Amino acid sequence: MTALNFGDDMAITDPSGPATGPLTTADGKPLVKALARSQARLRRKAFFLVLPLLAFVLITFVVPIGQMLQRSFYNDGFSANMPLTSAWFAQTERGTVPDDAAWQALALDLQASAEARNIGTVGTRVNYDMPGTRSLFTSTGRKVRRGIDPPYQQTLLEIDDEWADPQLWSTMREASKPYTANFYLASVDRTRDAEGNIEQVDERQRVYVMLFWRTFWLSGLITALTFVLGFPIAHLLATLPMRKSNLLMILVLLPFWTSLLVRTTSWMVLLQQQGVINDLLVWIGIIPDGQRWQMIYNQTGTIIAMTHILLPFMILPLYSVMRTINPSYVRAARSLGATSWTAFRRIYFPQTLPGLGAGAMLVFILAVGYYITPALVGGSSGQLISNMIAQHMTGTLNWSIAAALAALLLGAVLALYWLYDRLVGVDNLKLG
Amino acid sequence: MREDRKGDAFVEFEHVQKSYDGQTLVVKDLNLSIAKGEFVTMLGPSGSGKTTCLMMLAGFETATHGDIRLDGRPINQVPPHKRGIGMVFQNYALFPHMTVGENLSFPLEVRGLSRDERETRVKRALDMVQMGDFINRRPAQLSGGQQQRIALARALVFDPQLVLMDEPLGALDKQLREHMQFEIKNLHEQLGITVVYVTHDQGEALTMSDRVAVFNDGRIQQLAPPAELYERPENSFVAGFIGENNALAGTIEQLDDDKALVRLDDGGLIDATAVNIREKGQRTTVSIRPERVEFKPEMMPEGAHTIEAQVLQVIYMGDILRARLRVAGSDNFVMKMRNTIGQTRLDAGQTVRIGWHPEDARALDPI
Repeated sequence: MTALNFGDDMAITDPSGPATGPLTTADGKPLVKALARSQARLRRKAFFLVLPLLAFVLITFVVPIGQMLQRSFYNDGFSANMPLTSAWFAQTERGTVPDDAAWQALALDLQASAEARNIGTVGTRVNYDMPGTRSLFTSTGRKVRRGIDPPYQQTLLEIDDEWADPQLWSTMREASKPYTANFYLASVDRTRDAEGNIEQVDERQRVYVMLFWRTFWLSGLITALTFVLGFPIAHLLATLPMRKSNLLMILVLLPFWTSLLVRTTSWMVLLQQQGVINDLLVWIGIIPDGQRWQMIYNQTGTIIAMTHILLPFMILPLYSVMRTINPSYVRAARSLGATSWTAFRRIYFPQTLPGLGAGAMLVFILAVGYYITPALVGGSSGQLISNMIAQHMTGTLNWSIAAALAALLLGAVLALYWLYDRLVGVDNLKLG
Repeated sequence: MREDRKGDAFVEFEHVQKSYDGQTLVVKDLNLSIAKGEFVTMLGPSGSGKTTCLMMLAGFETATHGDIRLDGRPINQVPPHKRGIGMVFQNYALFPHMTVGENLSFPLEVRGLSRDERETRVKRALDMVQMGDFINRRPAQLSGGQQQRIALARALVFDPQLVLMDEPLGALDKQLREHMQFEIKNLHEQLGITVVYVTHDQGEALTMSDRVAVFNDGRIQQLAPPAELYERPENSFVAGFIGENNALAGTIEQLDDDKALVRLDDGGLIDATAVNIREKGQRTTVSIRPERVEFKPEMMPEGAHTIEAQVLQVIYMGDILRARLRVAGSDNFVMKMRNTIGQTRLDAGQTVRIGWHPEDARALDPI
């Protein structure tokens, strides 16, 4: 008997009898099993219903992004094509001066991969970590394609004495491992010296950390601006009579329905030095003709255009939350003796926080990854990290570092999301 | 007797008019004075202007014309937060992001009271509505009735002289509503506050109020204590709106002071008391309460006129029997009989003669 005794006069017993095991159905089968069986059909049906969506998400989202992210820490361009050299690197300590075996491995690998026309891939991989080395590989490859004779070290050095550079050997050692953190190091302006120690890159080459900071700072600023501009509009939308608020809503959404390019270009027309606004200011006489303001192709341009483009993402969640706030709350506060400012600050504003949180998250995350607007109106001082990612995707073709930068960005956004959840709670987020 | 209260009126509406669009008047010439400590209910169908009157008193709407005075002081230009009027809203309007204690503390905070003073007052107000244990709960964690109590406590915590209630019990179920009616009434008597209560529920109005103002079409149709309102309605609207009522249309055949003889449209003749009828030959609607209709000759006064009625349906309702009769061509004449041992049971199809005491039939304006 496992009944719980509460004092002498009170005992709780299992109504189904003295058996203490799990509950059973009327015919003695375990209740848990019966429940699972009765719901299995439903569950299977539900699974088949979502299967297409699941497949779609897997094929178009998870797999390609996963592959892309994999490039940020995995690159077998060297190790797959230079097996002998990679094996030598694996057997020796870091900093070992290349011996005859090393030179032999290198020469044979170069010859083999040149013959298989893979030498370009190898050169590209080494070039990622040590710019300017790709041509060394390709030109050497051309010369050894038809065969190479010992003494290998001498032959290679005769072709190009750069092969003796210890920095090159150190870089090849790094590249010989398919898994590497070097792309992440490069993303934060760090590199490895000949001994493999992590150090900052040359001052003139430090660009990513600054870009990350600029991206987060500008995104924060744009989020704040959209809040300042969007809050009164959302409030108007939520409180105006239906007919007027519908009109206002159309005005808010109109930019949404216009092509992003058209909107960005119209900002160019307005803001450039010979543009509408400068012309107007000169005409009124506020600024002399020779000192027209530079409002575009710099950070100012990025801030103005992005604030405009992202404004609806702040307004809409705010609006949807404000619409649900019953006006009687503010009335109640007023009747209880609060001035209209106190009523707003203590009663109305706190209730808009879920919408504000959602809007700020949306705007910030969108801004952090924004690419086309800064590319068009940002000049050089208004470029964000995503412009650098695009540059590596399409310009330098260094997808690995592009992936590493993107992964860092994703990580930072997830960290912010986590922080938001800790501070405000994601359950409080209302997206509409 | 009620009229001479004007001298010590606590709340006074004087020729108040209100229009939202400049085209139509929502409130037409409202005159109302409420004495200190009185419980006055504004009762009426939706759109009758009662809530607008309350909102004008609270300060959320401005009167288009006329004066509103509180304790002799005109308050038309006083913003709501300076009126010091407690208010209970229809949906309670408890601040969802604050606990019960913070909700109650809010009016005291904005008045700059010290922390100790606030705590004492909040505790006292919560104990008053028997909700002392709920001080740290959020409104969402409370049932409707509990929220109602908190809203009441919040409206009272800063000791207002006047408390407005805008259909405060509308969202509660019947049993809870009756219980809360009782509690609000008790609080009113204990604290000696003046209450202006808006509702469209006539039962609520009759049980709680000292006086009821029946609103329709932007006007007060009748302002009277509940019993008077029910037994001596002044016009057809009030007669029809308060309680169940039989209306018979006819013409004044004979008028002697306030004793009238009414010829119904089908030729029958009935007794009535003239209320707002001036002369012979005028059209009228005679109003009779179902429980005052008699069908046993011995219950009627001597010489009372009777008319023929056909029993269409008898519904057993426990404490009473409710008969639907065909009278003067109408199928909706209702008679209520007490369910006593000796009560004669009527059957559908039976024909009886019905009548009433002339005082119970009131000849009012034609509908």
